[in-house]
Amino acid sequence: MSDFLTHNAFWILSIIKIAVLLFIVLTVNAYLTWFERKVVAHIQSRWGPHRVGPHGLLQPAADGLKFLFKEDPTPAGVDKFVYYLAPLLALALALTSMAVIPFGPNPIPHITFFGQPIHLWVANPDISLLVLFAITALSVYGVALAGWASNSKYPLLGGLRSSAQMISYELALTMSVVGVLLMANTFSLQEIINAQASIPLFGWNFFGFTSGSKIPVPQILGFLCFFIAAIAETNRAPFDLPEAESELVAGFHTEYASFKFAMFFIAEYTAMITVSCLVAILFFGGWLSPFPASWTWTHYLPSVTLLPFGLWVIWDGIHYETIFGKLVLPAVGFAMAAIGGALIAFPAVNGFIQPTFWLLAKIFLVLFFYVWARGTLPRLRYDQLMNMGWKVLLPASIANVILTAALLLWRGH
Amino acid sequence: MSAPLIIFFVLATLAVLGAASLIFQKHPIHSALSLIVVMVALAGLYLLMGAEFVAAAQIIVYGGAIMVLFVFVIMLLNAGEEERTNLSKLAKIAGWPLALALTGVLAAAMIRASPAVANPARPGALSDTATLSKLLFTDFVYPFELTSFLVLVAILGAMVLAQREQK
Repeated sequence: MSDFLTHNAFWILSIIKIAVLLFIVLTVNAYLTWFERKVVAHIQSRWGPHRVGPHGLLQPAADGLKFLFKEDPTPAGVDKFVYYLAPLLALALALTSMAVIPFGPNPIPHITFFGQPIHLWVANPDISLLVLFAITALSVYGVALAGWASNSKYPLLGGLRSSAQMISYELALTMSVVGVLLMANTFSLQEIINAQASIPLFGWNFFGFTSGSKIPVPQILGFLCFFIAAIAETNRAPFDLPEAESELVAGFHTEYASFKFAMFFIAEYTAMITVSCLVAILFFGGWLSPFPASWTWTHYLPSVTLLPFGLWVIWDGIHYETIFGKLVLPAVGFAMAAIGGALIAFPAVNGFIQPTFWLLAKIFLVLFFYVWARGTLPRLRYDQLMNMGWKVLLPASIANVILTAALLLWRGH
Repeated sequence: MSAPLIIFFVLATLAVLGAASLIFQKHPIHSALSLIVVMVALAGLYLLMGAEFVAAAQIIVYGGAIMVLFVFVIMLLNAGEEERTNLSKLAKIAGWPLALALTGVLAAAMIRASPAVANPARPGALSDTATLSKLLFTDFVYPFELTSFLVLVAILGAMVLAQREQK
């Protein structure tokens, strides 16, 4: 038995990692919907979900059960094969893209899985960025085919809009990262992060400084182009024309119900997470801390965020109206505070989670920006969308490539 | 059988089945989907040869951009199932012999080239993106620039055709 495990350790470990990653991503997806509804509600002076569980925290579970138990009708006259294929394609591609995201530089220390070091990523190809772009290129089909297969006018219009939109913005998306590639000279996400490590904070591609040269090569323009194009590529507001509810009922997924609709939903939120990971990795130093390595007190920042937040959740839970909330919230708060305290007590563990903490913090901030944009900006008109893509973003991202190349030449790269 | 060989046969079967399905499907969207399967299977074969960049470019350009345009146009025209007409007499008489002749020529060429195919001349040379781009901008710079010029002409032609109706 153990002989079998040692020989196939790599495969078994990969399967375990995929299962763990799937579990984490789907849970984060569920709570991202809760987070989004809460933030947008507060932007609009509402309370958001608060009936199901304390602070509406069980709302994602209720939504999930609702999706599972709803009737799942197949409309008459649909192209059955393509109708079923489209949500599968959307979800599978979105989840696959998470596999190449590295969540930390080092394998877990002192623990190996039958001789295999446990790295914090599922796959580490040399061309991980290209793999992500390949997946993005294919993910148009989920939306386009869903719109076509439904055999109904609003989905068809949504599908057509989405294909046109995604083709237009994919160009700007790809061109805007060329600046980063020129600076890092590689397609590997990990090496792109390592290339930003020479100076803390200002060494990140967004500022573009490097040790040994005073000339910065900032990627501010590249970042703006990338983020705007990525919002459009993931069909999020203010670029959510494929599903504009005031014009197209629900766009491409009008004829989908129950769990097939949930699959589109999960795919959209997973794409959001992937884009947030990419923004953090390409422009904001990935897992690098913004502070110099000599400032060892910054290692306590995870504890400093978790401990007071946990204590506040306990305090809030004691004053909550329902008995369920009085029981659950203090328990959650106690768990957070305990993790925060344990990190102080075990410096080795604390040191190991530092890079992951910074990456997750950056991803969270980008996700907040996503939601903030949705809560603030009105949807673009279709001609404005096309003008924005072809006449603003594409020239701007090409200008960024030329500018970056010129600055790198001047720096004597 | 070694793992790469098994993967090769799976991908090759997928590519051939996809190509056959492309021809036999009656609906244009189904044909387009079959063609996407062929493109992705080909990308897998490139990956098997160690040409990572070419594999990714195959999916991004052919599987993504070009096929999305195909699907987009089919959707925009709302093309229905194709109608079969009676085959032309010329195709009925000359079709099978010509197809057999072509298969024979291709098979002969492949059998003659098989030792070279079994041992690709420079395994791994294409996998390095830096090497590939250096080749593209030094040894192959004229073909490369000519191709981009060709694409530019095509774009200008499309624009001229689109603008003509507005006059």
